[in-house]
Amino acid sequence: MSTKTFVGAAYLASAVTAALATGAAAAPLSEAEVKAAMDAGMEKCYGVALAGQNDCAAGPGTTCQGTSTVDYQGNAWKFVAGGTCETMELPGDRMGSPEALDRDIPS
Amino acid sequence: MPERVISLAKRGRGRLAYAGAFTPPLLDPEVEEPGLIAGPNGKAAKKRYNVYRNNVTVSLVKALADTFPATRRIVGEDFFRAMARIHVRQTPPTSPLLFEYGRGFADFIENFEHARTLPYLADVARIERAWLDAYHAADTGPLKPDALAAIPPEKLSQATFTAHPAARVVRSRFPAVTIFALNRQDGPVGRLETADPEDGLVTRPELEVIVRRLPPGGAAFLEGLMAGKPLGEAVVAALEDDERFVPAANIAGMLEAGAFTAVAVSEG
Repeated sequence: MSTKTFVGAAYLASAVTAALATGAAAAPLSEAEVKAAMDAGMEKCYGVALAGQNDCAAGPGTTCQGTSTVDYQGNAWKFVAGGTCETMELPGDRMGSPEALDRDIPS
Repeated sequence: MPERVISLAKRGRGRLAYAGAFTPPLLDPEVEEPGLIAGPNGKAAKKRYNVYRNNVTVSLVKALADTFPATRRIVGEDFFRAMARIHVRQTPPTSPLLFEYGRGFADFIENFEHARTLPYLADVARIERAWLDAYHAADTGPLKPDALAAIPPEKLSQATFTAHPAARVVRSRFPAVTIFALNRQDGPVGRLETADPEDGLVTRPELEVIVRRLPPGGAAFLEGLMAGKPLGEAVVAALEDDERFVPAANIAGMLEAGAFTAVAVSEG
């Protein structure tokens, strides 16, 4: 079935050796070193690491907050998104409206 | 003794009946307040019930807002609250732990009529749910490169890996990782420089949750390993998914990201 792709033992072994060599070269960096490297704009070959921020890092239910908002009826409804989807600028002439990415869907 | 058992059972049924009347109207404002709610002096307390059921909806909407801050920022407060409110009423939590809530939210967004113009929104929400899963996952150290180095070359193709409890792969046809990152930082949301599809890897090898973009074929490779496929098969699956897949870089990447905790070779 999978005749189109075959991975031999030697191929795999050399890949792992190369991977481990990369690791050795990048031997344990201190946190400060990692930060300095990131600040200097050095990119890691495995994509760019991103640490996402969260308003409340531990998520809901972990902080005590008042919830006096009246939300019961919920009749108010705005069909227009009022967030950053309208201001997000896209490359080329694609605009930053909510429909920005429609044309970029890979088929 | 039998009498006591019977009286307890009766009491249990009574409580169940009370809950059965008390609960259904909580998430449906069209349903009338149950008549059995009364104050200490026996006076009906419909108004109190309405305050309570308002708080139920508001707190669950707030829980979703806290779990999905980038999603909320993209669509804005009003849109988010309206969308979340519908989801809360359709899919109330099954666990009392609020940080567990919202696992069905991304799928809901994907099918939500008014969010159709934002086809990437569901994937951003998937990354956010994975982020919180990773945050609360069990603490354990990542796989040490030595463990992989100790495997004899001829057995490498049979090596299987144990996924780190925090590791999550999210695939997207859109630049979801970049959109997520732009909307989870404090500063203004700047230019989106890419329109290419992006797969993401969420990990938490130590204390901090890290989201990475995966290289071509990387998601298929990691999903294969996480599902228990041996290394050889996972590499084949990745190459079939994307011929640009580079095994060495991806193996180095998965070690650095801390996506796995252990490696084993089955004997025989």
